[in-house]
Amino acid sequence: MNYSAAEIWLIIAIIGVGTFLIRFSFLGLIGDRPLPSFVLRLLRFTPVAVLPGMVAPLVLWPTATEGVTDPLRLLAALATVAVGVWTRNVLWAIVAGAVTLYAGLGLTALL
Amino acid sequence: MTTSTLKTSDETPAKSAYWAGCRDGLPFILMAAPFATVFGVIATDAGLTLAQAMGFSVLVIAGAAQFAAIQMMLENASIALVLLAALAVNLRMVMYSAALVPYLGAASLWQRAFVAYLNFDQTYIVSVARYEKRPDMTVADRVAYFFGVATPIVPFWVSMTLVGALAGSAVPEAWALDFIMPIMFLAMVAPMLKSIAHVAAAAVSIVVALSLVDLPSGTGLLIAAGAAMLTGACVEIWMERRAR
Repeated sequence: MNYSAAEIWLIIAIIGVGTFLIRFSFLGLIGDRPLPSFVLRLLRFTPVAVLPGMVAPLVLWPTATEGVTDPLRLLAALATVAVGVWTRNVLWAIVAGAVTLYAGLGLTALL
Repeated sequence: MTTSTLKTSDETPAKSAYWAGCRDGLPFILMAAPFATVFGVIATDAGLTLAQAMGFSVLVIAGAAQFAAIQMMLENASIALVLLAALAVNLRMVMYSAALVPYLGAASLWQRAFVAYLNFDQTYIVSVARYEKRPDMTVADRVAYFFGVATPIVPFWVSMTLVGALAGSAVPEAWALDFIMPIMFLAMVAPMLKSIAHVAAAAVSIVVALSLVDLPSGTGLLIAAGAAMLTGACVEIWMERRAR
């Protein structure tokens, strides 16, 4: 990471203020006026639109293995998604992914 | 009669609404604590100072956006793209803000400002569920309940970030911390894949991001996210028309 301390604080401050303004938007400023329904629809998809694209390269080409696809990390990712979809619970999904990853790492260290 | 009945009747409704909120917020410590700890570890591991890691958790209080910012910073993306990625992840909260207006719109400005600061997934979801179930709640009760839900969660969010940040540098490389962040993201997204439209959006996001991976850090993601949002919205409209 090559950012100066001032740049990092700038990033934190702007994300902090920006997030506050997002949360304050309707409650504080816009009030009861409705947004166009298509805009609301787009907004509903932001997490599923941003996060998978951010994760996909990390899963396929992990930095720790210098970009070589690692079957163990791939398996841990699949376990996380499968349990997350199945249980609809973030915590169980994390547990599934972490257990798969660490069990695999432990086994490879032993063998 | 007994003093205990006197005591409860003495309690103002706002006060009991506050305590009811505290009780309902309590279970979410289980989720906030590990998230915040991991954030602290990963932030310091990435090179942030203790104060910077704490700054994130106090000023932003939004797990996914905090992780997204760190990930973009690890990739040395331009500052504008770091900001865009983190704020894009938080855009869903525009809807939370809008959804609270019918319930809290009549509260004072400073109360609404404070509610906005604390308006994250858990406080929003728990509070709106309560407001819907009890339409006769007063505005004061609703505000008190909302602050009640946040009360057990926020101190844990902040203090566990500190614990993680302090432990961060002591965590050995063998723990594969590099992969904890992808697991966290996937764990956050997987439960959201509740319709074909959501699955389609996620699929487009992955395919476009992977195919544009050679563009400067973050640029491909930006295009992928835009394409995925459009896909999700269009598929949803199409599904609704078909159901009619």
